[in-house]
Amino acid sequence: MTANSAKALVLPLAVLVAFEIWARATHLQSDSLAPPSEIVMALFGAFADLSILAATRDTLFSAFAGLAIGTTIGLAFGIAFGISDTLDRLMEVTVEAIRPIPSIALLPIALIALGFGYRMEIVIVAFACVWPVLILSRAAVRSIEPRLMEVARALRLPPAQRVWKIIIPAALPRIFVAFRLSAGIALIVAVTVEIAINPLGLGAGIMLAQQALRPDLMLAYLVWIGVIGYALNILLVVAQIRLFGRAALSGDSA
Amino acid sequence: MASAAKRLEAVSGTPASQIAFDGVTLVLGGKTIIENLSLGVPPGEFLCIVGASGCGKTTALRLAAGLYQPTSGKVNFDGQPMHEPRREIAIVFQDYGKALLPWRTAAGNVSLALEAGGMPSAERLARIEELLRTVGLPGHAGKYPSEMSGGMQQRLQIARCLAQEPKTLLMDEPFGALDAMTRQGLQDEVLSLVAASGATVIFVTHDLDEAIYLGDRIIGLLPHPGRIGIELSVNLPRPRDQLSTREHPEFLRLRRQLFDFIKATEQ
Repeated sequence: MTANSAKALVLPLAVLVAFEIWARATHLQSDSLAPPSEIVMALFGAFADLSILAATRDTLFSAFAGLAIGTTIGLAFGIAFGISDTLDRLMEVTVEAIRPIPSIALLPIALIALGFGYRMEIVIVAFACVWPVLILSRAAVRSIEPRLMEVARALRLPPAQRVWKIIIPAALPRIFVAFRLSAGIALIVAVTVEIAINPLGLGAGIMLAQQALRPDLMLAYLVWIGVIGYALNILLVVAQIRLFGRAALSGDSA
Repeated sequence: MASAAKRLEAVSGTPASQIAFDGVTLVLGGKTIIENLSLGVPPGEFLCIVGASGCGKTTALRLAAGLYQPTSGKVNFDGQPMHEPRREIAIVFQDYGKALLPWRTAAGNVSLALEAGGMPSAERLARIEELLRTVGLPGHAGKYPSEMSGGMQQRLQIARCLAQEPKTLLMDEPFGALDAMTRQGLQDEVLSLVAASGATVIFVTHDLDEAIYLGDRIIGLLPHPGRIGIELSVNLPRPRDQLSTREHPEFLRLRRQLFDFIKATEQ
């Protein structure tokens, strides 16, 4: 871990140092670029006046609320479609017609219906988060070891207990992978909505910095968004190993 | 000895069958797997089904479990037609690794059968402990299946089936994947469990020695489509013994007869 990750850091650090030296040597004047040292200073400044923290709170609130709603809807439909072939065939055309719509294309409608603010952003994020969870949880339920379903039948487990005690635990490791995917998508979509139109959060912060001709601050936001995305993924991977270490392993071999 | 005599009486007499196949035919995907199978299993009998691979012995067991429905004919349990699995019938699958819930401990796996039966949680703990002791797994309640050997996992599956308090125990090559020593130990344990509970057993195996050692009666199936080719009564004294029973002249005679039958079906 340590030796390898140290090696992996060598190249990016070298590029940053080279860029810093080049920017200083050429007295860089740009609307889109800034030397790393100035980006770091701008990031400190944004932390000092709390502006970046407020923006982070707004973006994460919208992203997580949308993620929670989208995951719940996706999971309910995914499990239902996975269990019932009839329902799946009935809904197939509908799902395949709605799914390819880019979530961001809903922006104009959502804007008219809901106006600026959290609600509109949450709805768009939720729409984007439904599909990975729906598709993957449907596949997860389909690929549950058939023997387990036979055990449930032979034990005469009532339908609700079948879902709660067999299907969900058996599919949970793969459902969590879908949740991780959706969490990444939630952050991307939230920031995109903010950049496109919604005047709040980190996306709006980037736009403001750009319009104020502050490339250092703009890039500071960019770096910060990257840090958040990276941290979110690490958090979820650790949670996945903690929660499903054992079950995830047996799920892979099945 | 006395119980063996009683068992034999039950076989030769014609008491009401607990499980009865009546002209059962099963067609799956256009292929006839079982054809016109008629078979009665009286209460308390230990019936073994043998046959070459692909002869439909596992399918016959699934019909008895109610997991398959016959295309024509019927399967009766205690005189009533079976349309779905019943709680009085427990099935032990060969692939214990797939039949156990990997996210539940040994106790949790046994508990599943009790939960399905609606036993209140206050009573479960004591019952689970008792069942695990019965199958020789005391002190393993907190272990996950992945932490147990194959033999232990199969014991655990048997404990879960016993939790159903079955009248009929169906076993599908339960020891096929275990080593010889573990297998012999489990054979004797199943015999004593069955003797204690009085359950009817249908035991599918490809091991002819195992069938003779365990059974009151053996049925050999012919393949393509599956049908009865031979039926043998096992007149060996109980309780059976791994050494003396296997040296008994009757054991050797039946062994010869069964081997000849299987050899003939494979040609």
